[in-house]
Amino acid sequence: MYHPTVERYRAPAVAVTTDSRERNDQRNDRLFRLAVLGCALFVLVALLGAASSMLWGAREAFSTFGWHFVVSTDWDAVQRKFGALVPIYGTLATAAIAMMIAVPVSFGIAVFLTEIAPVWARGPVSTAVELLAGIPSIIYGMWGLFVFVPFMAAHVDPWLDTHAGALPLVGPLFRGPPIGLGMLTAGIVLGIMVIPFIASVMREVFTTVPIQLKESAYAVGNTTWEVVWDVVLPYTRSAVVGGVFLGLGRALGETMAVTFVLGNAHLLTASLLQPGNSIAATIANEFTEADSSVYLSSLIALGFLLFVVTFVVLAIARLMLRRLARQGGVAA
Amino acid sequence: MSIVNVPGVSPQLTTDNDMRWRFRQARDLLAKVLAVAATAFGLFWLAWILWTTLSNGLPALKWSLFTQMTPPPGSDGGLLNAFAGSALMSGLAILLGAPIGILAGTFLSEYARHSRLGEVVRFVNDILLSAPSIIIGLFIYELIVRPMGHFSAMAGGVALSFIVLPVVVRTTDEMLQLVPGNMREAALALGIPQWKVVRQILYRAARSGITTGVLLALARISGETAPLLFTALNNQYWTAQLNQPMANVPVVIFQYAMSPYDFWHALAWAGAFVVTMFVLLLSILARGAFFKGVSS
Repeated sequence: MYHPTVERYRAPAVAVTTDSRERNDQRNDRLFRLAVLGCALFVLVALLGAASSMLWGAREAFSTFGWHFVVSTDWDAVQRKFGALVPIYGTLATAAIAMMIAVPVSFGIAVFLTEIAPVWARGPVSTAVELLAGIPSIIYGMWGLFVFVPFMAAHVDPWLDTHAGALPLVGPLFRGPPIGLGMLTAGIVLGIMVIPFIASVMREVFTTVPIQLKESAYAVGNTTWEVVWDVVLPYTRSAVVGGVFLGLGRALGETMAVTFVLGNAHLLTASLLQPGNSIAATIANEFTEADSSVYLSSLIALGFLLFVVTFVVLAIARLMLRRLARQGGVAA
Repeated sequence: MSIVNVPGVSPQLTTDNDMRWRFRQARDLLAKVLAVAATAFGLFWLAWILWTTLSNGLPALKWSLFTQMTPPPGSDGGLLNAFAGSALMSGLAILLGAPIGILAGTFLSEYARHSRLGEVVRFVNDILLSAPSIIIGLFIYELIVRPMGHFSAMAGGVALSFIVLPVVVRTTDEMLQLVPGNMREAALALGIPQWKVVRQILYRAARSGITTGVLLALARISGETAPLLFTALNNQYWTAQLNQPMANVPVVIFQYAMSPYDFWHALAWAGAFVVTMFVLLLSILARGAFFKGVSS
């Protein structure tokens, strides 16, 4: 394999005319190397800059409220008391609902595209799934607000309230007014949004499984399901987890789709049918209305918390994906 | 299973195996049915969302959309200033983000393919690639808007350029790595300095792939809303000044969709329709550019 870092052998300059040209080339080589290095370092600076600028913006909130900020349910613009617990809960709850929907469906799509679908259908179907990933999130939000929220309010919420609401243990989750807005709706919309991301990673890593492994399994009489569950999945496990975390990172930080359908209410309730709030939705809704510096600083502090959480989730995702790539596959 | 049905084998074992075989077949069938159902489920939402955008957006599509300004509350108008603002800020973002991205991608592929620094930059870039865009908005707010004292189109363009950057870095890195090593060796063997090899040979060989990256980045920022909320905000009037707040399609869609007026809802749907079609067209174009580049 070619290694670009290996020093090139440079012939000693003999003539005076080539000497100046050689020097020019060497200088340009050095300059170009510096330029590309600078741009690469800029990528690092961008991430560090984002983290430190948000920490700087959040200093007033953190110094005023201390650790109390993370565990308090206060959100009072008049009294200037702010706590992050309600948005944190909303973010985690909606992301959890989203993953419950998206992970099994994405797995099904990936299995369909790699093992079941006839070859002629694989290209068009995976293109369609990737188009779903390309639709801007604000379109999901509008569709959610004008089409899906009324649908939930008319058909799903009342049914859940009367049937699932009476169940022991999980009942309180599904009791609530049939207004359509709320955690459940936001979670479902988020789930639909992250399906294409997880599905395309899974599909890609499933295709890296050596064909010999699969064919040996088929040859001793395994069914398609057994090949997927006992051969493909163990081989790609770390990358599949990586793909799921990639989707989770997306679900945690998604803003516009959630802002439209979550209802923007600072409520901490068990019910998934009640309107709530998430970190991203709170920032998007209230940022331009923040009338005191501690209010603004609290919103930026929310952003900083979101940054830290998504950074950890995405870092795990990338490390998991890399593990498969090191094994010899070509992971996403 | 006839294989196990031989003399000497107890009938009990035969039925056991038979049952087991049937169970495995049934489980396989169930898994296949569920996988097909999952795919149908995914495509169902795509169809529903596209249909909603189409059926609400097409009737609202009028010529005045492209000739009139965004209206005051409760009256009709167009989205001319929003389209212009979006085009200007997207252009600015590509102008800032693409060159830096291409150079950084060049570093990863040509100077740091196996180095530790390259690994770190790739890792950080991958995180930037999927980081929530609202965080980029807050970052630029702290960096530009707060020191300037007001929202501005320039801040919007810079915020979008930070979304362009990781997309272009990633595709440039990948596309340059696809260029065969023989090409580099042949060029270096002729004594061509490396910066000329990169500029005149590698960029030319990977041109369609790099273009794909830039187009994908443009598609990505066309619908981005969250970073613009805190940077460019919105402006009801026409402006070409980069240090003033500027209208843009996503934020207008957001504000109009959240409003109580029917006129505004119609405008928001029309904007959503145009943005969706633009993004889908760009993704298809990007694929076309890529496949053309690969086959040639």
